[in-house]
Amino acid sequence: MALLEIENLSVEFPTQGGIMRAVDDVSLKLDEGEVLGVVGESGSGKSVTMLALMGLIPFPGRVKAKKLSFNGRDLLSMSDRERRKLTGKDVAMIFQEPTTSLNPCFTIGFQLTETLRLHEGMDRKAARRRAIELLEQVGIPSAESRLSAYPHQLSGGMNQRVMIAMAIACNPKLLIADEPTTALDVTIQAQILDLLMTLQKERNMALVMITHNMGVVAETAQRVMVMYAGQIMEERSATDLFASPQHPYTAALLSALPERSEGGRLATIPGVVPGLYDRPRGCLFSPRCAYATEHSRNVRPDLRDWAGGKVRCHYPLGDPNRDAAMKADHPLGTEAAS
Amino acid sequence: MPLRLFSIQDMLRFILTRVSLVIPTFIGITLLAFFLIRLVPGDPIETMAGERGIDVARHEQLKKDFGLDKPLIVQYGYYVERVLHGDLGKSIVTRESVLTEFQSLFPATVELAICAIIFALLLGIPAGIVAAVRRNSIFDHGVMGISLTGYSMPIFWWGLILILVFSVQIGWTPVSGRIDVLYYVEPVTGFLLIDTLFTEDEGAFLSALGHLILPTIVLGTQPLATIARMTRSAMLEVLGEDYIRTAKAKGLSRFRVVGLHALRNALIPVVTVIGLQVGVLFTGAILTETIFSWPGIGKWLIEAIFRRDYPVLQGGLLLVGAIVMSVNLIVDLTYGLINPRIRHNR
Repeated sequence: MALLEIENLSVEFPTQGGIMRAVDDVSLKLDEGEVLGVVGESGSGKSVTMLALMGLIPFPGRVKAKKLSFNGRDLLSMSDRERRKLTGKDVAMIFQEPTTSLNPCFTIGFQLTETLRLHEGMDRKAARRRAIELLEQVGIPSAESRLSAYPHQLSGGMNQRVMIAMAIACNPKLLIADEPTTALDVTIQAQILDLLMTLQKERNMALVMITHNMGVVAETAQRVMVMYAGQIMEERSATDLFASPQHPYTAALLSALPERSEGGRLATIPGVVPGLYDRPRGCLFSPRCAYATEHSRNVRPDLRDWAGGKVRCHYPLGDPNRDAAMKADHPLGTEAAS
Repeated sequence: MPLRLFSIQDMLRFILTRVSLVIPTFIGITLLAFFLIRLVPGDPIETMAGERGIDVARHEQLKKDFGLDKPLIVQYGYYVERVLHGDLGKSIVTRESVLTEFQSLFPATVELAICAIIFALLLGIPAGIVAAVRRNSIFDHGVMGISLTGYSMPIFWWGLILILVFSVQIGWTPVSGRIDVLYYVEPVTGFLLIDTLFTEDEGAFLSALGHLILPTIVLGTQPLATIARMTRSAMLEVLGEDYIRTAKAKGLSRFRVVGLHALRNALIPVVTVIGLQVGVLFTGAILTETIFSWPGIGKWLIEAIFRRDYPVLQGGLLLVGAIVMSVNLIVDLTYGLINPRIRHNR
């Protein structure tokens, strides 16, 4: 049985201009101890998907799903109170901006022991001892004296370590890391990633790594989910995805990596992510796709099983009959590329 | 790792800067109090003589006795000199020292002001929180509408309406004064709510309490409106912060997220506003005390204006100004208690 099962999850925000679909029909399974990378541009719905799982979608956002289950328990039918017993204990999350994610008015010690006392029922003394242990585990020097420090007295990297310590305090089965290194210096980024991976292995904890950095995914994830405009575009094992991307979007993302650039200039994807008003009728990526056809402009492809993973494209890159199929559907590629 | 440190020198510099700002303010108060009251036609001797009038020679003689015959600038010079020696002078009407009168009346005003601010805090903070949490709900619009009304309501009108409804029509509360004439209470602290407890007479305490209700509401209405609106806006801002999302992600109860994690941050600007209310309370006390015949500083100052009791008005305003400025300074210094980011670490 999978640890996490999400089926047909949608998250919508009513806005003045109509309903904004931030997450569109996302399904996902995650096993115990598995590391999943979720990649996509800003606004692709990767964070919102995970916030929906945590029950943290702010008002007036609406969450719809056919199934949302964690560890065999149905999150949809659960009361808020029951759900809060899970969040922060079995499912924990760390965020992009460590410094603003910690409460400036309370000490590190208070914020850390709060979780322990709530979920583990520890008394003040035991929680304090455990807090020191946790800070040591995440590599914070002179942990005991740091308990009385306030977040503004620590650096961004240290604060992210504190956030990690807080997240792993109750031995969660699943840790969601929402761009945990984006706000940090490059050298600190590597340290934090190392720490997360070490903790993941030691505790056999499932880890969802949300990022827009393909390099981070390559270093950490076993399986990768590529999201675009709220939809899953491709999903497969990390090795396969990097070796032979099947979706033109994934391929374009990969070719934009500096390591893979050919010649003097970095490859880019022309255009921008569709907004509320210019959401295409067909494939959401078609306006920016070099291979779009009349058919893909008009008919939205389904997410289908393909080459050991999943892909949402009429003409996956590895399809031997691809050229013939595209020709039949009136290619527009030249127009998009120009 | 470098901690941000504030030295004792920084702290001293801060206090000295603030205190040095007080000097021009004091000069301003003495100037205003001295010259404005003298712009009002008439003088203390005329007012004391009343409708009977006084013959011109006697009038001139008395003016000379009080030193009111000298040029204004000279009078001002004498006044400032005495103030610098710590002498606020004597009331022309009662011949009592201004400081003594102030001391005997001050507790009544403080008691009323404390009750008013407690009333404003007890209602204003929870109302602001709930309005922010349920933003755009009927409750929110209701509270904000009422608070705008409360803020705009003239104190004298509001006081009279309350007296008319609750004291005259329904008869729930006494019309005026601090305590029923039946009771004599030996002043110990000057606060009747406390002094009546020493008398062990339940009736005296209840009477003092009953007399406080309407003045408290009248004086507390404006601070209540300000505090409720400030709490709401501070709370709305804080509720959108990342650390609130973290608190929710920890699985904390809604009550704890709002009442502890959010409120603690939202209170920082609210405390500033509470500090500023001290000035509002004194201004409001002048009207409130006059309406309810409350024997405090406000009523004393108003009477001093009517009697052209120059020393009382000058001394009273100076003392009130000093108190408002000290409270604001104390509020500034105590910020660190609730906001660790500006706490002066050692």
